[in-house]
Amino acid sequence: MKDVMTDALTDPSPEPLAGLLRHYRPEPGVPDEMLDGRGEVRPIWRDFLSRIARMSAQERAQRMERGDLYVRETGMFHRQYGAEGSVERDWPLSHFPVLVDEAEWEHVARGLKQRADLLEAVLADLYDGNRLVAEGLLPPTLVARNPEWLRPLAGVRPRSGHYLHFVAFDLGRGADGAWRVLADRTQAPSGAGFVLETRIATAHVFSDIYTRAPVHRLAGFFRAFREALQAQRGNDGGRIAILTPGRHNETYFEHAYIARYLGFLLVEGEDLAVRDGRVMVRTISGLQPVSVLWRRIDADWTDPLELNDASRIGVPGLVSTVRRGGVTMVNALGSGAVEMPGFSALLPRICETLRGEPLLLASTLEHETAALSTTPAFVDGRLRPRRLGLRMFLARTEEGWAVMPGGFARIGASGDPAALAMQRGGAAADVWVMSRGTADRQTLLASATVGAQRTTPYLPSRAAENLFWLGRYVERAEFVIRLLRAWHVRLVETGLPESALLRHLAAFLRIYGAPPDGGIPQGLSAAVGSALAAAGQVRERFSVDGWMALNDLDRTLRKAVPRAEPGADAARMTGVLLRKINGFSGLVHENMYQSMGWRFLSMGRALERALAMVDALAWFAEPAAPEGALDVLVEIGDSVMSHRRRFAVATNRDTVIDLLALDPLNPRAVLFQLRQLDAHIDALPGSGPDAPLTALERAVVRLCADVATAGTDELDSAQLADVAARIRALSDLLAAAYLG
Amino acid sequence: MHYDIRLVIGYDYSRPVEAGRHVLCLTPPGGAAGQSVGACRLTVVPRPDEWLNRQDFFGNDMVEIAFRDAVSHMRFEMDARVERLPAPSPPGAPAALADIAGELSAVRDLGPLSPHHFIAPSARAAPDEAIAAFARDVTGHCASASAAVIALGEALHRTMAYDPEATAVDTPAAGAFALRRGVCQDFSHIMIIALRSLGIPAGYVSGFLRTNPPPGQPRLEGADAMHAWVRAWCGREAGFVEYDPTNATSAGEDHITVAVGRDYADVAPVRGVMRSAGWQVTRQSVDVRPVTDID
Repeated sequence: MKDVMTDALTDPSPEPLAGLLRHYRPEPGVPDEMLDGRGEVRPIWRDFLSRIARMSAQERAQRMERGDLYVRETGMFHRQYGAEGSVERDWPLSHFPVLVDEAEWEHVARGLKQRADLLEAVLADLYDGNRLVAEGLLPPTLVARNPEWLRPLAGVRPRSGHYLHFVAFDLGRGADGAWRVLADRTQAPSGAGFVLETRIATAHVFSDIYTRAPVHRLAGFFRAFREALQAQRGNDGGRIAILTPGRHNETYFEHAYIARYLGFLLVEGEDLAVRDGRVMVRTISGLQPVSVLWRRIDADWTDPLELNDASRIGVPGLVSTVRRGGVTMVNALGSGAVEMPGFSALLPRICETLRGEPLLLASTLEHETAALSTTPAFVDGRLRPRRLGLRMFLARTEEGWAVMPGGFARIGASGDPAALAMQRGGAAADVWVMSRGTADRQTLLASATVGAQRTTPYLPSRAAENLFWLGRYVERAEFVIRLLRAWHVRLVETGLPESALLRHLAAFLRIYGAPPDGGIPQGLSAAVGSALAAAGQVRERFSVDGWMALNDLDRTLRKAVPRAEPGADAARMTGVLLRKINGFSGLVHENMYQSMGWRFLSMGRALERALAMVDALAWFAEPAAPEGALDVLVEIGDSVMSHRRRFAVATNRDTVIDLLALDPLNPRAVLFQLRQLDAHIDALPGSGPDAPLTALERAVVRLCADVATAGTDELDSAQLADVAARIRALSDLLAAAYLG
Repeated sequence: MHYDIRLVIGYDYSRPVEAGRHVLCLTPPGGAAGQSVGACRLTVVPRPDEWLNRQDFFGNDMVEIAFRDAVSHMRFEMDARVERLPAPSPPGAPAALADIAGELSAVRDLGPLSPHHFIAPSARAAPDEAIAAFARDVTGHCASASAAVIALGEALHRTMAYDPEATAVDTPAAGAFALRRGVCQDFSHIMIIALRSLGIPAGYVSGFLRTNPPPGQPRLEGADAMHAWVRAWCGREAGFVEYDPTNATSAGEDHITVAVGRDYADVAPVRGVMRSAGWQVTRQSVDVRPVTDID
């Protein structure tokens, strides 16, 4: 690293740098992060800029494309609200990081720590004592009219002893060059997960520069917070969970990301219940305790019983549990009270009174927001000054407040300071805190786990349900694709769409809502759409690769399939889809940790595959089926080679039934899948060698035995219909026992 | 006057459902002004698996109950013997209507009795321009806050028809006012909104009315179920006065307080039931009998 720095300083490459900055003209009187008052590049930017300057325009464009690609592929999104309702949008990445000097950063951090302590003290007063009101430092109407001052929490001391555990502050640099606080975020601040993702995306753009630059890393901050939350659990045996409003929230992506990154459970209100003064999560093993709830829901919505009774995303009894000290809330319910408008103007006096010291960081008054600083952003290949808003994060640890050495920069869509909000077209950029010495190089992606504490993870029933249906829908999609391919391949061979066989096939496809007459078959897009929806609710349980594979499949389906001509073109297209869906299945089934979640996904797949094959056997192996139907069956069962090897004869009803229904070694056979199902069910909570058989176990054991002992001649259409009904009943039994 | 009070509320559902958790606000507290509670018993059928007694922010007695298993019916029975004193005359003179804001801002207190809680819009008493205009019209001549309370209450009683069929428990007050019809809950919410629009802090009182009037007096409306009336802050010296707009009378010896709050949402008798659709109140009865001879 050292040589890199000297290299840059001795070779400042003035000409390319001048070219890079040619169009960069900060407004007069507006401070700029990159250029000082005389228009000179500030020292911390020099090395970074000279490297950018030496790149060709094409290289810069390629690098930025790399960042955008990362954003797209990881499915980073935020939800944008407009007249037409809300839509998910790709994360608007502003590729250029904001560089901040370490010494300046530490100065601001000191001020923010003081402010966080002060807000903590104010909350303690607001909920217990009201000295500030009695002494005239706080107008009582400001508190009494504040909807975030929650009367049911008055007099309740948090179990942890603290109201605030994780806070954020929005800052801007004023015209005089000093940082000011624009807003305090004490309720349920969002953005920390986006910081991580923005960092990774930016590191994709400037990988060579980032790895060698003295940029403070973020992992240590998150590890410290994680350990602090773990310490909050005490010895009560409960877990840490993140409470999200659900996937329709504008920052759901972040909730899932943080949950996965820190290894916390992600739950929605309906996953939780209150029992005897504790918060419990509904899992496939019954109710299990939660000790720490990191909420991403505004307090008013967390308990319909004592707070907003219109809430459907809360947990009835949560406030009561908090009152009894049964759970630690991050942050405490009611901590949004210090976000009240008009309050920051009173802080200097309150700080003098409560802490006996002056407030270090001033707040911005309303009319001053017009004077935010500017920072460079690439706009149409050129650097342009854009307004900057900064969000910084603080976490309470055993050693006091830790300040994240980085943050979330909002970059305005224009020079107008009002255009910062991402809802209004603004973008997000990484913040690099530049060390004077060696930066903390802890890698971001390494697990934050200390030691090898092994705990059995909870599987919430809702997550299990989504995984189960994900398994079913993906399998259904694959089955439909195989059917479509069989149809198009035969069309190529015969050119006769009205032949008896093709009509028979098309009729079967119609049952699945997928007639082969051009366009995206509705049944197929529904299956893939449902799979995506189910996966979207358990994103934190998924590898990024698995999620990307599924999205890729969906994109191909929507973009390429409508353009495919019936016949050879469509046959080739279905082949592509098949490979993509197998890519997903491979990732999941080869690489996924074999947890209970994996079992539910696998059970969904096994059940759907058995069911589809039984349906197909009843349709294509019935005596009246047209000639060639048995070969179609063997082909959609992916068993052409097996049939050839096992039977010396051409397909007949017996060989096909044997291979696709009764063969215990063929993964496409009904019996094989039922036995898979049986093995998974045996491993579920409540099952076991010593326990009496559950209704579900009994049903699957009997079904396996009946299918295994059936002769090929016994499995006629009526029998197959009976087997199908019994498989569907298994799905219902499973849902009743584990997914309720 | 001593009363024996009996309240029964029954809920039924067509099939067992997860009944979950409820908060009950059904028992008169001993600490309410002008009344003392001799004995009070609350019975819940079936027996809840969890039972927590507590007081809410305003000092009302609340009971939180929870059922583990699905239930298809619930029944709450409350029996109490309560002594109710005649309404005391206000401890001091009411503030002039023009001074009420100034008096309010001088109160540096956020305790349960502070008027500050009762001036801001609340969940079930949102500001409404029609109600505010009505309030201005009928109180234009009033000098003091308490004169405004009475003028407003009497005007509402003249204007509104008591009609149990016209509104439901979740009808907004503005809707009831537009209809000029409603029950005690509507009368009270409209009056609260009106008083707040005049700058007078106002809250909601839930309670009971004597079922049969003393000889020679008319039976009061609202005696068959839980009743509601209004409390209004008339300045630092006068404090809160209570007025029953449904019957155009000051709340007095015939009114037994169960709870006070900003509006119905703070003191709903049974909270939690409405979360699962299909529950029906199949029984609600209130009997408030004067006890003539006390041993």
